[in-house]
Amino acid sequence: MATTALEFLPAPLRSLRLKTKQQELLLRVSTLALIYVLAFIVRLFSVLRYESMIHEFDPYFNYRTTLFLTEHGYSEFWNWFDFESWYPLGRVVGGTLFPGLMVTAAILYRFLRALSFAVHIREVCVLTAPFFAANTTLVAYAFGREIWDSGAGLVAAALIAICPGYISRSVAGSYDNEGVAIFALLLTFYLFVRAVNTGSLAWSLASAFGYFYMVSAWGGYVFIINLVPLYVLVLLVTGRYSQRLYVAYNCMYVLGMLLAMQIRFVGFQHVQSGEHMAAMGVFFLLQACISVSNASPAVCLISAIAASATMKNLTTLIRTKTKSPQAASGKTTGSKAAAKGAVDQSLPFQQNAAIALLLGAFYMLSRYAIHCTWVTSEAYSSPSIVLAARGHNGGRVIFDDYREAYYWLRQNTPPDAKIMSWWDYGYQITAMGNRTVIVDNNTWNNTHIATVGRAMSSYEDEAYEIMQSLDVNYVLVVFGGVTGYSSDDINKFLWMVRIGGGVFPVIKEPDYLVNGEYRVDKGAAPKMLNCLMYKLCYYRFGELTTEYGKPPGYDRVRGVEIGNKDIKLEYLEEAFTTSNWIVRIYKCTLLRLHRLSTLYLVPPARNARLEVAIALG
Amino acid sequence: MPRATSDARLLIQSLSKAYAATPTNLKIIDLYVVFAVATALIQVAYMGLVGTFPFNSFLSGVLSCIGTAVLAVCLRIQVNKDNKEFKDLPPERAFADFVFCNLVLHLVIMNFLG
Repeated sequence: MATTALEFLPAPLRSLRLKTKQQELLLRVSTLALIYVLAFIVRLFSVLRYESMIHEFDPYFNYRTTLFLTEHGYSEFWNWFDFESWYPLGRVVGGTLFPGLMVTAAILYRFLRALSFAVHIREVCVLTAPFFAANTTLVAYAFGREIWDSGAGLVAAALIAICPGYISRSVAGSYDNEGVAIFALLLTFYLFVRAVNTGSLAWSLASAFGYFYMVSAWGGYVFIINLVPLYVLVLLVTGRYSQRLYVAYNCMYVLGMLLAMQIRFVGFQHVQSGEHMAAMGVFFLLQACISVSNASPAVCLISAIAASATMKNLTTLIRTKTKSPQAASGKTTGSKAAAKGAVDQSLPFQQNAAIALLLGAFYMLSRYAIHCTWVTSEAYSSPSIVLAARGHNGGRVIFDDYREAYYWLRQNTPPDAKIMSWWDYGYQITAMGNRTVIVDNNTWNNTHIATVGRAMSSYEDEAYEIMQSLDVNYVLVVFGGVTGYSSDDINKFLWMVRIGGGVFPVIKEPDYLVNGEYRVDKGAAPKMLNCLMYKLCYYRFGELTTEYGKPPGYDRVRGVEIGNKDIKLEYLEEAFTTSNWIVRIYKCTLLRLHRLSTLYLVPPARNARLEVAIALG
Repeated sequence: MPRATSDARLLIQSLSKAYAATPTNLKIIDLYVVFAVATALIQVAYMGLVGTFPFNSFLSGVLSCIGTAVLAVCLRIQVNKDNKEFKDLPPERAFADFVFCNLVLHLVIMNFLG
């Protein structure tokens, strides 16, 4: 077989004359290399379409902490107290995050810098997830080979490379914990299975380190600390207890638990929390089992084994009796195939059926690969911070308003300015605008968020009282009425009302609704038409014509003409509105008013209302 | 009852005779395990007297004892010539693994002591 295939090759290559085993090795290595590259490049759609930037919200926090780590060093990072978020409370960052992702990116950054590649930390962060996804395919190959054979390993690697669920959490720019955590997860399982198979303390130690990396990277490590004991339990129940299992699990549990407790965010949970008790229970159960004598994490692996075994059987069927070089894959040796063929040749047309089935299987797998790529391209590659739409002539229109607003903040406000916005934008404002925020995506303090919600839902003077107490200098709102962008603050407004009302009963949701309906047009509730959020979003909007044939002040998201077009702001002035009106920033103008002072620095016409507000305040 | 005590004495005698037949290296490991567990029990008793603060120090003390005991038991399993599962593993390799794991264990303990 080997010689006939080589006749088709040019003369210089024919002299190589590789034996079958070497051919097989070459095929395996080149396939794995292609899978590695595929896993990386399929995640690069958003870098090609937009640019190399961090996506969404949580990755901005991870990016900011990584930046801090590279600039100030590990000790400062571990003990960092952040004054720039959750003003005036601050946040203990060092003790409330999982450092694995940041440390990994920082190490990659330092390594590349040591090799004289002058990369920026942002590029390293953007490409960390695809790089680790490629590494995961290698681990999947090793894992498949460990529990079945190298063929299954290759199929497992290929499936994991294009699996849409995994891609969605690890595209370039999605700089989030799952990007490295999935790699750590698979690595830990593989190392543990290897430890159970060999009974070696060295492999158990390796799996303990794998577990430590997993704990440092993601809160989902609880998945491992429950699945591994479950696996051990299943082995025990099915009568597969062995001393290798005892050695493997004991070493991994004790060392893994100790290592995991070094992460401050995890603390003592391994000995205190209920989620970790299964592992301890199995540990004690194994101590009882030692005197008595006599597994697979992912769907991808199981389906890989099934697919690989099926294909192997089909190709074996095809290879029997035909000496022509038309076999689809050369995984089995010639003699084994001949032996199998001699037994199986009982049905007529068996070979043709096998070829048909094999072609069908290849067609299905190729359709699956195309589907995965399409889904990645359409659904999972959006950076969320840059929006795209199709213009009326079909061309693509890019809305980069978020970054426009954050850079405006960075360059046009004093460095100690405090920004009040809804918590969704907190991480992005601190990371890109480099300004202090009142609340951010960490959402650890509900009362603080409710205070901001109350401010947004109140009349302007009440809101100003609250803003004074928080030292707010600027307010940022997101508004989609001009572009039709529906994830704006007016659509989120009822949540602000509910959260604010949950802590401060003075805010009541029915005040903002009309017959249970949420409206912003002429028939809307008066409190809705005059609250701070409404005023800040629709200020000057009444003069704007947004759509041909519609009156000025037509909100393209809600689909109505707004009810209050003549908006006047007393305590705030408009500081900046982005080119598509998506982000609007307002500055608090009036000087501070002392609660007990009788000296007002405001026009006399408004004295009466202020006096009442302060008296009630 | 005399029959029960004489039965018990016979049982203990047969057990100790069987145990005397085990090789010396295994007996040394067993002694080490007993020592480690005894130390752990003393620490737990002390914790009962003075309370758990600081908890990380208590955990690192107890877990270092439990850890070395567990690793010693694993070594004993791997070195015991009667175990068919490990007959391909040279005892020197088992001991080297044991030492390395202990090294890692105690480094982590030292970091955790506080």
